[in-house]
Amino acid sequence: MDADLPEYPFTQPTALEPPPEWEDLRDRCPVADIRLASGDRALLLTRHADVRQVLGDPRFTRQLDADGAARVTAQESGGVFGSEQSAMTPTGEAHQQWRRLVGRYFTARRMTAMQPRMAAMAGSLIDGLVAGGPPADLVKGFAFPLPVWVICDLLGVPDSDRDRFSHWSDTMLSLTRYTQDEIDAAQLEFGEYLWAHIEAKRAGPGDDLISDLTAGGELSPIELIGTAQGLLIAGHETTANMIGKMVAMLLADRSRWERLLAEPALVRTAVEEVLRFDANPGFGMPRYITEDTVVGDVKLTAGSTVISSMAAANRDATAFERPAEMDLTRTPNPHLAFGAGPHSCIGQALARTELQTALTVLLDRLPGLRLAGPAADLPRREGLIIGGLERVVVTW
Amino acid sequence: MKVGVDREKCCGAGQCVLLAPAVFDQGEDDGIVLLLRPEPGEPDRAAVAEAAAVCPTGAISISR
Repeated sequence: MDADLPEYPFTQPTALEPPPEWEDLRDRCPVADIRLASGDRALLLTRHADVRQVLGDPRFTRQLDADGAARVTAQESGGVFGSEQSAMTPTGEAHQQWRRLVGRYFTARRMTAMQPRMAAMAGSLIDGLVAGGPPADLVKGFAFPLPVWVICDLLGVPDSDRDRFSHWSDTMLSLTRYTQDEIDAAQLEFGEYLWAHIEAKRAGPGDDLISDLTAGGELSPIELIGTAQGLLIAGHETTANMIGKMVAMLLADRSRWERLLAEPALVRTAVEEVLRFDANPGFGMPRYITEDTVVGDVKLTAGSTVISSMAAANRDATAFERPAEMDLTRTPNPHLAFGAGPHSCIGQALARTELQTALTVLLDRLPGLRLAGPAADLPRREGLIIGGLERVVVTW
Repeated sequence: MKVGVDREKCCGAGQCVLLAPAVFDQGEDDGIVLLLRPEPGEPDRAAVAEAAAVCPTGAISISR
């Protein structure tokens, strides 16, 4: 039974290098048959134009609860790409309403207004690192606590509970790491925790997103829990992993770090370029194809499950000059790290502000930063839908 | 340079506001793009062109 289908996700040579399959498939087979961790088959897109087209097509969503849709993870159900979560994800007009209701909390101006507090938090985390002395793990001491603190502040949940959020997030993002029982238990606990939190905000509202949404009454209790859960997971894991990868990429060739020390005005374009260049962003974005459609010159038939590899698309030579080269000044940089179309990342202004702030503060406070060991030895986080580094040990 | 925005297409990513805050804003009640200056001056043009090129929904159009 199709034993020769390539297994997806592909294996990277090292944590910062892309799997060779990306370039090969982009050139030779832009709509590729693959096998997922569940054993199910799917189609993989690797070209910029194709990924942009499918993600931008409002007909196709992450509705993987449909009959015949491929299962993404090794487990039967649960988690971010599981069937329950898919059934709760609004589509079409309902999605647009939800998006506008929640999107107003993530506008560029709101995020810019939070920037001084993010910088202060980043500064106090660096104080902690400096007090402990080098070497230190930047992931544990900086990259994870910063975004958790920011998203907890926005949502109005106590960041002292962050270890529980991390565990719940990891299980919900499991590709192969956790068992079905562990995922079910985490989902239940997380839901109960958030429900108690929502009830508390109903009784005593604060100046935060959950209080506002609870008081507004536009969302049902289930939608409120789903929204809070989604924002907590997305708001902390993705950015936390990206801070670690960003620093690793910039230090792996230290001339990049030195260039930014000399020209701090490049921080904005440098952040966009590390987002584009990320060779370990995770699984990609699934879409269930509900009507026949043509991508490039290939017909996708209704009932197929398509995985868009935004990271492969971000190295497509038809969209980017010298795509294998990291260019800290690249402008414009139409990378797809946040997706594209109506479902593209709702927190991207937040993520950009956090990444720029984290980088600016690190350059300012720890100009002598360097990796403690070879970049090729950086350990990947394994078995999750999103990619990251387990540790980034640094000295300064 | 004349700028147009499509509020139906817009997903509120906010890139345009981060790049050209004198030209673009987002509605406080929905996060959707607002056009402050349909005919931006010279100092903003490069940022506006960049915003149009990177908009995730292609909601910004530019004509001469």
